[in-house]
Amino acid sequence: MNDKLQISLSGITLANPIIPASGTYGFGDEFAELYDINCLGGISFKGTTREARYGNPLPRIAECGNYGMINAVGLQNPGVEHVIAHELPRLKSHYKGCIVANVSGFSVQDYVETCALLDKEPIDILEVNISCPNVHNGGMAFGTSPEAAAEVTAAVKAVTTKPVYMKLSPNVTDIVAIAKACEAAGADGLCLINTVLGMRIDIRRRRPVIANRYGGYSGSGIFPLALRMVNQVARATNLPIIGCGGVSSAEDVIEMMMAGATAVEIGAANLTNPMVAKEIIDRLPSLMDELKIEKLTDIIGIVNHE
Amino acid sequence: MKQVTLEIQSNEQIAKNVYRMQLCGDTTGILPGQFVNIRVTGQFLRRPISVCDVRYPISDSSLCERPIPETSSLTIIYKVVGVGTEVMSHLPIGTQLDVLTVLGNGYDLSKAGDNPLLVGGGVGVPPMYMLARQLREMGKKVRVILGFNTKDEVFYEDEFRALGCDVTVTTVDGSHGVKGFVTNAIDGKQSYYYTCGPLPMIKALIQAAGTQGEVSMEERMGCGFGACMGCTIQTTQGPKRVCKEGPVFPAEELIF
Repeated sequence: MNDKLQISLSGITLANPIIPASGTYGFGDEFAELYDINCLGGISFKGTTREARYGNPLPRIAECGNYGMINAVGLQNPGVEHVIAHELPRLKSHYKGCIVANVSGFSVQDYVETCALLDKEPIDILEVNISCPNVHNGGMAFGTSPEAAAEVTAAVKAVTTKPVYMKLSPNVTDIVAIAKACEAAGADGLCLINTVLGMRIDIRRRRPVIANRYGGYSGSGIFPLALRMVNQVARATNLPIIGCGGVSSAEDVIEMMMAGATAVEIGAANLTNPMVAKEIIDRLPSLMDELKIEKLTDIIGIVNHE
Repeated sequence: MKQVTLEIQSNEQIAKNVYRMQLCGDTTGILPGQFVNIRVTGQFLRRPISVCDVRYPISDSSLCERPIPETSSLTIIYKVVGVGTEVMSHLPIGTQLDVLTVLGNGYDLSKAGDNPLLVGGGVGVPPMYMLARQLREMGKKVRVILGFNTKDEVFYEDEFRALGCDVTVTTVDGSHGVKGFVTNAIDGKQSYYYTCGPLPMIKALIQAAGTQGEVSMEERMGCGFGACMGCTIQTTQGPKRVCKEGPVFPAEELIF
């Protein structure tokens, strides 16, 4: 282990800041065929809901040139009880790092019940997704108003002793207001951003590519937007931030941390290069040497220090 | 799943908008009915392409323009349908490609019986080739029906014959072989069937086949290796990822 890469989230030490983002990594099984996933600082597992969900009709995927893709999977998952009985023990048996449990819901009660069940499990952080753009009457609805975001935050905090990180949506006019509302309601940290609502049209068939019409745009194309929002929130709150959105290289990780992130999630890049998380971790020490960075914790939010 | 670097040995047009690419490198472990996922410069997502054949090691120079004895060769056949496959069609010999291999489940050869029927439609034809070859090597009497729209699109008729298969080609406009659809050529006397092709063909075939069989499904994919849930279909056995639990499903599990 390289101490220079170590970071800490709410008192939990991660060997490095790299965490595959929820929905792009399943429970790690597919990637474990290619490399030892114990190199990862953490894993944010597939978004889990109270009940099992099939998700949206197909097609769920649309490509966006060289810079990203749209997905409208719609939180396909086997439900929290199945995750606790099967997926989590399997992940726990071969992964020793920080486990981030990503939770979604369709009502405050949904979030509360799912988080209460996970509170008794060997997970390290609850990442509460109030920003899924692909489900109706839920997900993002809670992440687009400060009041609703605060309500979910407080309700979840009341039923768990785990650190609660709220995952925020970029599809809002003022992400700072929502971040502050979560902070005031007792959130332990924030994760941002989720995908950006987007659309593609099949011009030959004259209809949307995505069956659900709109979907979440992710990939390197959203990196500048994510970076800006992380920076705005870092300057306005005192919470640790997991930066997410378009990160696909070690350079992006450094940039995200300089903007104010303590840890960094890798999302869509995992889907096109399944080795990317490991490659980034392997590259970080030499890049830090080039940039004369002694340890990563030295650069968190460094652009905000003048 | 494996991530490998493969080198293009040949890349040539074999029918209207249809190209055959032969690649050398580590192609071990690939089964009939599986697919590979190819990174194409300038495109975010990889291009999933069915496996037409795998040979290893290469001793036959007719298989590869520049044979490398200690490595193996992969043949894929793809249709130019968009920007990614257009880029692929222009890639020169010697290009190194980043490819994910050993993807998906593949066909179950143990169910073939004595006289299996293989039905391929359009770019659903290629995965039938490696399957036909292995079934012939097992001593099976293999009947193959290849469906196309028109004569210009027909490919691999002679290649299947060379394997010793009983081959029927159908074209919708009757410009080559039997006029009509693949269902016009089936007699229901097969022991089992294997198919890959457009959805209307698959639906019609399942109705007309008269025996059990298995179907390779196609869906728009994100990752192609089971991580993103982008290609999950509903089956009688619950939600299944086309790229991971599939692409081959028993016909009776499919819901249309």
